[in-house]
Order: sequence, then C-alpha cells, then structure tokens
Amino acid sequence: MSSSGVPGSVSIALCGSGGSGVMTAANMLMDAAAKTGFYALFNKSMGPQIRGGEAAAMVRLSTAPVTSVDDSFDILLAIDWGNVQRFAAELPLTTKSLIITDPASGEVPEAIAKSGARIIELPMKELSKDIEGGRPNMILLGAAAELIGLPIGPLTEVLGNSLKKKRADAYEASVAAVKKGAEAAKAIVGSKKLDTPKTGGPKKWDLIGNEATALGALRAGVRFCAAYPITPATEVLEWLSKALPKVGGVFVQAEDEIASINMCIGASFGGKASITSTSGPGLALMTEAFGLALTSETPVVVIDVQRGGPSTGIPTKSEQSDLNIALYGMHGDAPHLVLSSQSIADCLFTAQWAVYLAEATQSPAIVLSEQSLGHSRTVIDAPADIAFVGKRLIAETPAEGVAYQRYALTANGISPMALPGTPGCQYTADGLEHAVNGLPSSQDSDHQAQLNKRADKLANFDYGDHWATVEGTGKIAVLCTGSTTGPAREAIQRAKADGLDVKLISPRLLMPALPKQMAEALKGVEKVIVVEQNHSGQLYRFLRGEYDLPGKVEQLNHAGPLPIRPGAIHKRLLAMGA
Amino acid sequence: MNAVPFSARDYKSEVKPVWCPGCGHFSVLSSITKAFADLQLVPHQTAVVSGIGCSSRIPAYTNCYGFHSIHGRGLAIAAGLKLARPDLTVVAAGGDGDGLSIGGNHFLHNCRRNVDMTYVMMDNRVYGMTKGQPSPTTESDWDASAMAPPGGTGLSPFNPLAIALAAGANFVARGFAGDPNGTAAIIAEAIRHPGFSFVAVMSPCVTYRDEQREWKNVMRPNAAPATCDASEAARRLLVDDGYNLGVLYQGDRQAYKPKSLPDVAIADFDKEFAL
Repeated sequence: MSSSGVPGSVSIALCGSGGSGVMTAANMLMDAAAKTGFYALFNKSMGPQIRGGEAAAMVRLSTAPVTSVDDSFDILLAIDWGNVQRFAAELPLTTKSLIITDPASGEVPEAIAKSGARIIELPMKELSKDIEGGRPNMILLGAAAELIGLPIGPLTEVLGNSLKKKRADAYEASVAAVKKGAEAAKAIVGSKKLDTPKTGGPKKWDLIGNEATALGALRAGVRFCAAYPITPATEVLEWLSKALPKVGGVFVQAEDEIASINMCIGASFGGKASITSTSGPGLALMTEAFGLALTSETPVVVIDVQRGGPSTGIPTKSEQSDLNIALYGMHGDAPHLVLSSQSIADCLFTAQWAVYLAEATQSPAIVLSEQSLGHSRTVIDAPADIAFVGKRLIAETPAEGVAYQRYALTANGISPMALPGTPGCQYTADGLEHAVNGLPSSQDSDHQAQLNKRADKLANFDYGDHWATVEGTGKIAVLCTGSTTGPAREAIQRAKADGLDVKLISPRLLMPALPKQMAEALKGVEKVIVVEQNHSGQLYRFLRGEYDLPGKVEQLNHAGPLPIRPGAIHKRLLAMGA
Repeated sequence: MNAVPFSARDYKSEVKPVWCPGCGHFSVLSSITKAFADLQLVPHQTAVVSGIGCSSRIPAYTNCYGFHSIHGRGLAIAAGLKLARPDLTVVAAGGDGDGLSIGGNHFLHNCRRNVDMTYVMMDNRVYGMTKGQPSPTTESDWDASAMAPPGGTGLSPFNPLAIALAAGANFVARGFAGDPNGTAAIIAEAIRHPGFSFVAVMSPCVTYRDEQREWKNVMRPNAAPATCDASEAARRLLVDDGYNLGVLYQGDRQAYKPKSLPDVAIADFDKEFAL
C-alpha cells in the first residue's frame, strides 16, 4: 500500500523564521503548480505572533482534487530551523522522507532528525549570495520545484506576475535564484515526483475557506453583515466588508459579538438576509441573542470558524470542539439549524445553503467551519453556481378587517413574515413567548403551540440530498463531519485498494437530526466508527443520542492542533474489517 | 402625507400596559405618540425597538412595527434595522438599567456611531421589573431596596447626559414625565435632528421610588437654550443636578451612512478566484 491514496500526490513542507519568505515561496509554488494543471491544498502553521516568528508552509499537490492532508511529508525544506520544535509534531516525516537543510543554519533539530528521514544539505544562503539581490527563499523555491518535477516555466511566469511590473530588478534576481536552486537540486536523486497532470479539465479556482464562505453567503443573497474581528474568522468579514458595498449591502464593524448578532437580527427584521462570523469565544457571547432570533423567528446565520478551545484556547489552530455549544448552547427548548462545512470548496456550498435554509424556515443557523478550512488555500475545479438563494415567505397587507398574525399556526410551521413598511401588518417581534399575534403570553396553550411550531417547521422541511455526503457501500461506515470528511474519504479509498468496502456518511446538516435519512444511509451497515477532532467525542455523543447506530460503535478522536490523518483512519478500518 | 392627518391616538395599540397605576411611563408613551403625530410619521414606516424592563414593554403599546428584544440589546437591534432600512424612522426605547448597565457598551458605541435614530431612555433610577434594585443612576445613599446595603450602595450615579455627550451623541436632552407636552416636543426635535439623538426622560417609579413623586416640584427648564458647542454643554453638565429639562446639545455631525460602491454583478466576484 502506498503512503497516499491520492495518486501522484506530493506533500512538501517549507520552514523558516519570520521574514525568511517561506510563505511567499509556498504561495508561488502552489500558483505555478495550479498553472501546470495540478490541484493543491496549502495549510499554514503559525504561532500567535503578529508578524514574524517561526512558520511552516505545508503544501500538498496532486493530479486529483485534494481535501486531506497526507500522513507525512515527502519533502521538508528549511531555510533555517528557528523554533521549529514548537511545531515539529505538525511535520510528520518517515524514513522515506527527504530533508533539505542549509548547512549555514546548523544541525537539523533532534525533533525533526529523529524521524530517520534522509538529510541532504543545500547551501541556500551561500548560493543566493552569488546573485545580486538573490534571496535564499527563491533558491529554496527552485529546489522544491526541481525535486517534485515541476517545470521552471510556470514558476518564472508566476514571478513575472508578482514582480515584473513593479520591480524588474527583483524579478531578474528571483528568476536567476530559482534557476540556480533548481540546478543545485538536480544532484539530489530519489525524491517523490508529481504525476503528469490532466489538461483541458474545468477552469480552476484558488481561494481560502473563509473567502469561500463569504462568497457563498453573498450568492445566497446576504446583504447585511455586522461582526467583530476574531481569529480565525476575520477573513470572512474582510471579504464581505469589500464586497457588500458593491451589491447595495451593508457591512458594520460592531463593538462586540453581542452587538454583531443583534444588529444582524435588526437588519433581518427589516428584511435583509444577514450574517455574522466569529469563533468559539464570540459564539458563546452570541447565544442569548441567537435564542431571540429563534423565538422571534428572525433568520440569521452565524459562521463559527472553530479554533482550539475552551476559553481563548489556541486561536491559530484547528479543532472540531464547538459542536456541543452549537447544538446545545441555547437555553430553553431551542430547535435551530446547525451545519458543517466539509471542505474548503464546500464552505461555499454550505454557507449558501445555510442562508437559504435560514430564510426559508425563518430560523437562525450556525455554520461550523474550522481554522483548517478557513485559513487554508486550495486549488479546485470552479464550483458550479447552485440555485440556492434565500427567499422568505413575506406577508402582504391583509384584507380589510383581517388582523395580521405574525406567528399564525400553519401546516408546515412557517408563517408569513411582514416587513416594516408593509401597511396593516404592524406587529411587535418578541423574545417573550407569545400568542399567534406576537403579544406576550405565559399561557400553556400558547407555549405548547409555539414550541411545536418552531420544532415542526425544521423537522418537516425537505432538505433533499444535501443533508449529508453519503458515498460508497459496505458493512462498515465512517461517520464524521467537517474537515475530517476529506481524510475519511482518502482512508476509504485506501481500504478499497486493500479489498475492503467502507461507506462514508458525513452529515452536512447536524441539526435538526434526520432519523429517517440516517436510517436509509445506514442500511446494510453493521459497524460504525465515528471520527472527529476533539478530546471528548462530541460528535459520537450527539450521534448516539439522536440516531440508532448499528453494532458496536467505535471512536477515533483526538483534539487539535494535529489533524486527523487518513492513515490513522485506514488502520482502524482494516482492524474493523479483519 | 395622508389625506386625514394622524392623531396621537393612531399610534397607540389596544394593548393594555403592564405598568403600575401612576407609573411615569404612561406619560412617556403619550409623549412619544404625540411626537409621532407632530411629525406625521406613517405608522408602518416607523419602528420602536427596545430591550427588557418595564419601559421596554413600550413597542407593543404603539401601532408601529416593534421589536421587544433582550436585556440591554435594543440599541444594537435598532441600529441594525436603521442601517439595513434607512427609509424607516427608528426609535429605540428602554430604561436606565437596560441602557446604562447591561447595555452600556451599546449606548457608548451608538453615540459614537451616530446612526440617524432616536433613543428615549426612561430613567427612574431603579430596576422596577425585578422589584426594586439600585440601578446605575440610583443615588448612592438609597437603601430602601432588598438588595442595597444599609446606607445605600455608596456608588456615584451616572449622569446619562454626560456619557452621551462624551461618547459623541449628536443631540442630548432631558425630559420629564410630569411635562408630557414639553417631552413630546423634545422627542419630535430629537427625531428631526440627524444622527444619534439621546433623550433621557425622568419617569417616576411610584411603586419602588415613591419619593420620586416630588420630582414635579424640583424640575426646572434649562437656564440657557440648547448649545451647538460641546464644550459649553460639558460645562453645563458639570453643574447639572439632574433636574434641568430641555435640549442641552445639538451637534452638527453628519449621520453615519454605510459606504456604497458602484454596483458589481454577483457573478463578477468569481473572477477574483479564477485562475
């Protein structure tokens, strides 16, 4: 069995201290690979520093779309070793891996060298000195390209796009350095190479998950966003702050997360599809107002780009540990929508669908994204424009003598919502339990009726096939959510190569739970393993609580920041299949 | 404009308020509806937004669109609504606890943000709905509360007008429930004035602060007309005992308007990501 289920994929890590330019080099490598026809996934590992500090750029290139990290890196190139031991655990290497190190940066740290990977010295700083204005990171870039078999042509093209116009001398120096690095790396044999890419496929896109989320929201019709900056969600806001004023929308930087969601509720009460984006600490602050949106039936979408928790936790690292607060964080009986983005590309779909669902059901929604999706770049096939545009059931002026009832009991639980400006429909939205006309009521009959209404409208909605990704067949099923969908899929591909069929079930819609659909997905399944990136098994507990799962239910879970890698899942699947 | 003009009664709903007999809020409700009638606001183009507390019950007592939200957050909801729907007249209302304690941060930032809306704070220096606890405007020695220590909290009360002025409100005034016509005129002026207008209305709580019945004997009109000079307004507030009525300050800041850029088709955003 090969180390990778994605044919011809190469994983490469570039390390260096702040200012060494490894991020620039990695971006250019990815751009050049994309131009050549490869797909890519680019994760960054960074510390909490604002600028500088140590950093690792982790790039996986392949002839097929990449939604998972590999088990280990094929090549690690380091300009220097800075404080690499701080994230050595995020850079798994094997005896088959190759370490390229600059002798001027001293010995390879024990935390890295103990992997037993082959170590080769390449004097990047020395080589760069021969070129006027040459920089070691460009030597590294040329060497990296040569080692994985990426031609120099696209690289010089990428350099030209970023440098030629502004700084012709820097362009010349960079091209010379890249060529020199490639030349020097020719002597290194036995590195893992890329396969020949397919050409003539669909147009490709290059984006990060947070941009994909923002675009999805915009496509769905979001025209209002109020938000407060927080890592790792800020890019959603940055993008919307630029885009919304171009489509007649409004972006506001609020004074805190509480104001953010309440402003969104106000705008949505006025008829605008509204969104806010935050991470765990902000979501915690928003929960009271989220309950108001739910009770007043004012749609709003909250994007939670999850980071390590609880409390301030690990802001720059990924985890799937906000499931509990997203599902159960509200007081009272509070049925609402919880969705999970399954990949960077899916951030677009899920955000768009979430807005559609929130508007259609007049319910608030939480979309769980993750730092590893939000902050990572990918090269993907251009996503199709799906037809989900938020559309609310709007009330019109009633006939003379007929009183408008905001919370009228209807067959599907959804009642026409009057927007301010509509004559004859004036009502007061309320977080107090209310009668059908919106006026406060503490009567049992009103409470029961409205509780039923709010639960039924979500339970009975037709979510179609989008509720989950269900792939393959088999007596074993992997149940997962969010970014672990990619590694699970890759593990299942590897298992298939071993002759073991495994099913993948990854709910995109976590709440409401859909027992009928899940039972259908689980048909023929005898054993289940729940895979998730958190310490306490939050998804496992949720699934056990909501669904009838067959046989002994196994768990594979660990907290962030280390990703769930396909190899770990594959190993467990083989054991389950034995 | 309507063929038949709106009267104050047209802005009142048929819902019976939860307030105690003698509560100042009845008068404030009348002042608000009178101000709406003075301005001939169209009821369905007007929204009244509140948080939680006795006074925050007010939206449902009007015949406008209303939002009775959660404690302290009425201003944030009102700002979101006005930013999304600049065609509406938006009035936020609530009490001293709602606006100065739990909602204090939103009060500061809405003064600073200067969205074109009006905030009526009904100040009775007590939490009435939870039955009589000291609020941020309660006198430091008031101790007739189950929750206040003997001799009172010992905490200096806020002067809401001073906070509003310092935080950048564009219109700062004080009204009194015992003077409904004067208060209605102030509220109408506040709604007309661009930007964020703040009107504190002294509104006695006769249930928990019976001594506030005496307010009618101590309230007086401002000694000087409204000023456009913030430093002059600040000087007057330094010697303000809380019983001066009328418009204190009328600023000339432009109301906040969200940025608008030339229109772009949604599909054009794709170009940013296409290779």
